[in-house]
Amino acid sequence: MRLFTAFVAWLPRALLTLAAIGLMNFTLVRLAPGDPAAVIAGESGAADGAFIEKIRADYGLDQPIQVQVASYLTRLARGDLGVSYRSNLPVSQMIAQRLPATLILTGTALIFAIVVGTMLGIASSRARGGWLDLAIGSFAMLCYAMPVFWVGLLLVLVFSVALGWFPAFGMASLVPKQGLAYLVDVMHHLVLPALTLALLHMAVYVRLARSSSLEVMGKDFIRTAHAKGLTDGQVLRGHVLRNAMLPIVTMAGLQLGHLMGGAIVIETVFAWPGIGRLAFDALLQRDYSVILGVFFVSSVMVVLANLVTDLALRIVDPRIGR
Amino acid sequence: MLSLIALVALLAPWIAPHDPWALLGQPLAPPGGDFALGTDMLGRDLLSGLIHGARVSLLIGLASSTCALLIGVGVGALAGYFGGIVDRVLMRFTEFFQVIPAFLFAILLVAIMRPGLKSVIIAVALVTWPPVARLVRSEFLVLRSREFVEAARSLGLGHWQIMVREILPNALPPVIAVGSLMVATAILTESSLSFLGLADPNLISWGYIIGSSRSVFRDAWWLSVLPGLCLFITVLSINLLADGLGDAGNPLLRSGRDTAA
Repeated sequence: MRLFTAFVAWLPRALLTLAAIGLMNFTLVRLAPGDPAAVIAGESGAADGAFIEKIRADYGLDQPIQVQVASYLTRLARGDLGVSYRSNLPVSQMIAQRLPATLILTGTALIFAIVVGTMLGIASSRARGGWLDLAIGSFAMLCYAMPVFWVGLLLVLVFSVALGWFPAFGMASLVPKQGLAYLVDVMHHLVLPALTLALLHMAVYVRLARSSSLEVMGKDFIRTAHAKGLTDGQVLRGHVLRNAMLPIVTMAGLQLGHLMGGAIVIETVFAWPGIGRLAFDALLQRDYSVILGVFFVSSVMVVLANLVTDLALRIVDPRIGR
Repeated sequence: MLSLIALVALLAPWIAPHDPWALLGQPLAPPGGDFALGTDMLGRDLLSGLIHGARVSLLIGLASSTCALLIGVGVGALAGYFGGIVDRVLMRFTEFFQVIPAFLFAILLVAIMRPGLKSVIIAVALVTWPPVARLVRSEFLVLRSREFVEAARSLGLGHWQIMVREILPNALPPVIAVGSLMVATAILTESSLSFLGLADPNLISWGYIIGSSRSVFRDAWWLSVLPGLCLFITVLSINLLADGLGDAGNPLLRSGRDTAA
C-alpha cells in the first residue's frame, strides 16, 4: 500500500518533468536554424512557395505558438512523436524497432557494471589498505579516465583484429541464424560493446560499493552478527550486502542518463543498431523529429528508471518514507 | 587511510608534469614538420596534431568548466542561501537538467547551434553544471546558519555581500575538487563530440583525430590509439590532482574509517 502511495505521489512530478522536456523539445526545434517547412520542402525536392505553404499547413506551423505547443504536447502524450522528415516513417515506429537493441546493450552493461563493480568494491573494502585495495582502486580510476570510444577501439583492436575472438561490428552475423544459434550469435556480438560501456561505469560502483560497505561494516549490528557466531560469508551476504546496496541502486538510477549517452558513442563505434545510432544518423541528416523523439524517449526511460529504483529502495528498506 | 591520502597527494604533483600543460610552452610545430609519430591519411603530422589538440582540448575543458562552475555556483548559492521557495524552484530546475540524458542533450545543442567552438563550450557547460549546484547549495545551507553570518548581518552587510565575502570562501574547498573533476569530464565530453564529428571542424582535437582515423583503423592503428592515450593520461592526471586537492583540502571528509567504538 505504501508503494502505491509513493507511486501516486511521484506521478504529478514525473508528468511535469516530462511536459517540461516536451516543451524544451519544442523550443529546440524552433531554435534550429532555418524554417522547418523550408527544410522539409528542400528535402522533398520541390521548393516553390505554394508547396512550402502547404507543408506549413500540414505540420501546423502557421498556427499561433500556443496552439502549436498545445498540440505538440497532446501528441506527445498520445505517444505520437511525429514523422521523420527523411523517411516519412512515424518516429515512434522507428524508435520501437531499434529500442530493444539499445536496451539489450545498456541493460547488459549496467548489470555487468553493477555486479562486478559491487564485487570488486566489497572485496576492496574487506582488504582495506592492502595491495588488493590499492590495485582495485587504481584499476577503477583508470577505467574512469578512459574515453568511451577509445576503450571500444582498443578492445576491437586487441580482441577482434589481433586475436579474432570477437566480431567488431553489428549485432548479428550477416547470414542470419535461427533460434538458439541466433541468440548465441547476438551474445557473441554483444560482448565487446557491452564490456566497453560497463568498464567505464564500473569505476563509480566500485568506489561506491567500497565506501558503502565500509560504512555498513562499522555499524553495531554487524558486530552483533559476528558475535552471534555467523561466519564472515553469512554476515556479508545477509547483512552487509543488503544495506550496502541502497546507495548503489540510487546511483544506478542517476547514472542512467550517462549510460544512454555512452550508448550513442558505442553504437556508433560498433555499428550496433540501436536508438543511439538512429539519433546520430538523424543528426547528420538534420532530421530533427527523429533526434527529438529519441531524446524524449530516453528521458522518459530515465524518469521511469528513477521511479523503479525509488520503489525498489522502498521495498528493500522499509524504513524509507515512513 | 592517511597513508593512502598521503600517497595520492604525493602522486598528484608527480603526475602533473606529465600533463600536457608542459607542451603549451613549445613553439607551435607546423603541420608537416617532423614525422616523429607518423602521419595521418592526408599526410598531416600526428605529433603536431597531438600538440594542437592538447591546446584545444584543454581550452575547451577549462572554458566550459568555468562556465559550468559559474552557473552552478550561482544557482547553488542562491538556492542554499535563500532557502524556501527559491530553493525549491531552483532545485526542480537542477533536477530537470539532471534527468536529461547528458550526452544526448549536448549533441542536440551542438546540432541546433552552428557547430563551432562556442557552441561546444556552451553545450558542455550546460550539461555539467548540476552537480556543482547541488554541492554549493548544501554547503551554503550548512554555512548560512553559522555565527559569522549572523555577525555579518548584524554589522549591516547586505545579502550579496554576505554571500560573496563571507560564505563563498568557506564553501570553496569541495567546489575546487569537484571543479577539477569537471574539467576532466568536460574534456571527455568534448572528445566524444569531436569523435562523432560534431565539434568545430576547424579545430583539431584529439577526439577528432581518433574519429577521422576510423576508416584506416586496421592499418594505421596508431592514429587511433595515441590521441586516446593522450586523453587518457590527461584525464587521469586531472583526476589524481583533484583527488589530492580534495583530500588535502578536507581531511575530515570521506575518512572511510570505522567509527571508533
